[in-house]
Amino acid sequence: MRWVNRRPGRGTAFLLGAVPLAVLGLTYIIASAARHAANPADKILPLPGAMAQAMALLVFEADPLSGEYLFWADTAASLWRLGVGLGIATISTLLVGLVLGVLPPVRATLGPLVTAIAVVPPIALLPILFIVFGLGETAKVALIVVGVTPFMIRDVAGHVAALPREQVVKALTLGANSWGVMLRVALPQAMPRLIQALRLSLGPAWVFLISAEAIAADVGLGYRIFLVRRYLAMDVILPYVAWIAVLAVVIDFALTQSSRRLFGWAHGTAH
Amino acid sequence: MLSLKNLWVEYGDKIVLERISLDIAEGSFVSIIGPSGAGKSSLLRVILGQERPTRGTITLDGAPLPAECGPDRGVVFQRYSVFPHLTVLGNTLLGLEFAQSPFTARLFGAQRRAAVGEAEAMLASVGLGDSLHLYPAQMSGGMQQRLAIAQALIKRPRILLLDEPFGALDPGIRADMHGLITRLWREHGLTIIMVTHDIKEAFSLGTRVLTLDKRRHDPHAPHRYGAAVVYDLALRKSVDEAGITIDANHNNGHE
Ligand SMILES: Nc1ncnc2c1ncn2[C@@H]1O[C@H](COP(=O)(O)OP(=O)(O)OP(=O)(O)O)[C@@H](O)[C@H]1O
Ligand SMILES: [Mg+2]
Repeated sequence: MRWVNRRPGRGTAFLLGAVPLAVLGLTYIIASAARHAANPADKILPLPGAMAQAMALLVFEADPLSGEYLFWADTAASLWRLGVGLGIATISTLLVGLVLGVLPPVRATLGPLVTAIAVVPPIALLPILFIVFGLGETAKVALIVVGVTPFMIRDVAGHVAALPREQVVKALTLGANSWGVMLRVALPQAMPRLIQALRLSLGPAWVFLISAEAIAADVGLGYRIFLVRRYLAMDVILPYVAWIAVLAVVIDFALTQSSRRLFGWAHGTAH
Repeated sequence: MLSLKNLWVEYGDKIVLERISLDIAEGSFVSIIGPSGAGKSSLLRVILGQERPTRGTITLDGAPLPAECGPDRGVVFQRYSVFPHLTVLGNTLLGLEFAQSPFTARLFGAQRRAAVGEAEAMLASVGLGDSLHLYPAQMSGGMQQRLAIAQALIKRPRILLLDEPFGALDPGIRADMHGLITRLWREHGLTIIMVTHDIKEAFSLGTRVLTLDKRRHDPHAPHRYGAAVVYDLALRKSVDEAGITIDANHNNGHE
């Protein structure tokens, strides 16, 4: 059978997907064991046991100074910033992207502005955000918003503008006005695309979050990683990176599932 | 009832239609045929109000037609006529919702029940009574066109414009659809203007067949001359479909 026609079943696909991950883990353990055989005090590739020990301190024991469970405090702070930033980005995308996509005069007016903002590297704006908003939460959230919103707006507006002209004409012959077209034709068809754009923006959003936390923060996953870097604490950095990956995968999965659940028509699944 | 006077349609310096003058009687079924690119869809778009003619006027019962699409003229395109995010019932309800609820474009309670009843009756009459909760992606092309027709007719338009509505359907389904559209045309007292590539379909359905084509041709600048109505045949149909007689050949437009 040709390779293009081989479709692994669910179980097989799961196994196949697990193999590279297992190989990666195993390779790490072997490399780590080899380094420790040569130098028992090696800090670059800590053994799993050492990582578990270091993490246990952060996960299960309150920090003597602040009384906080640092791992959970970091996670909560980062997720809060990410959530607020992406929430603001999503709502602005929906409002601006929809209007931009449906109403040609608005597109002519605001399109170039959105494009101009989109081509500026957001990290270059970070100093400005710190100056304007101070070093608090606002600047970090603002970086995420500024970083992902222009892309999302352009994506959603482009999708809406590319809806077949026939659909708009049809809605008008059914008695709709511009508002009706926006509400009943464009909005529902923009939603799955919005979720898609949000998924694609997750990666950049994490980058902006961690950059902002690395530069000015006192709590957060990115802050912790850059703090313990000074002590070469790979036993904390690696688990934190893995944890960020897990969070990202879970969020992505939740978005995909909710899109399928809510907008089944867009995924070709029978109801 | 519908009257086009000296209509020109141009895109840039390309003349697509020139000097189109037509009077379309209430209750007629006009088929438009012609070679590809002759401007059949352009003519339909102008009548629909989707595009403005470069010159000329269109009047409905003597009053100029608003140059924007509206609920007085229904339309079925070859594709993209139904909304992929709505079920069969949702697609059909939409016209009622826009009319009765300008702000939310949704109906609730008794109003909704009444609208659902009306939509179900309309869907039953096009043969979709059992498919109320399907999405367009789950339906065949013929079912989608039935839905598009039901969706347009629930607005009770006076004029129904069809742009190759059955072009993508196989012959068997096509015959069913011909029966359906003829029945609905009679029942609703519609005026139908239908563009088609199928000459047989044009003659078997229409009470009048228009042929659009270029009357003059400049080999060096083909875009300088537009198409016009080169044949305009009124058909009188006897009750059994076999006997079509060509009745008149008026408004044929040759100088
Ligand atoms: N928006 C437009 N801008 C420029 N030219 C256009 C536009 N729309 C149509 N045309 C041109 O007008 C001519 C007529 O197009 P139209 O779609 O009306 O033809 P048609 O008779 O419907 O053809 P077909 O049978 O292939 O559907 C074509 O030559 C086309 O290139
Ligand atoms: Mg056409």
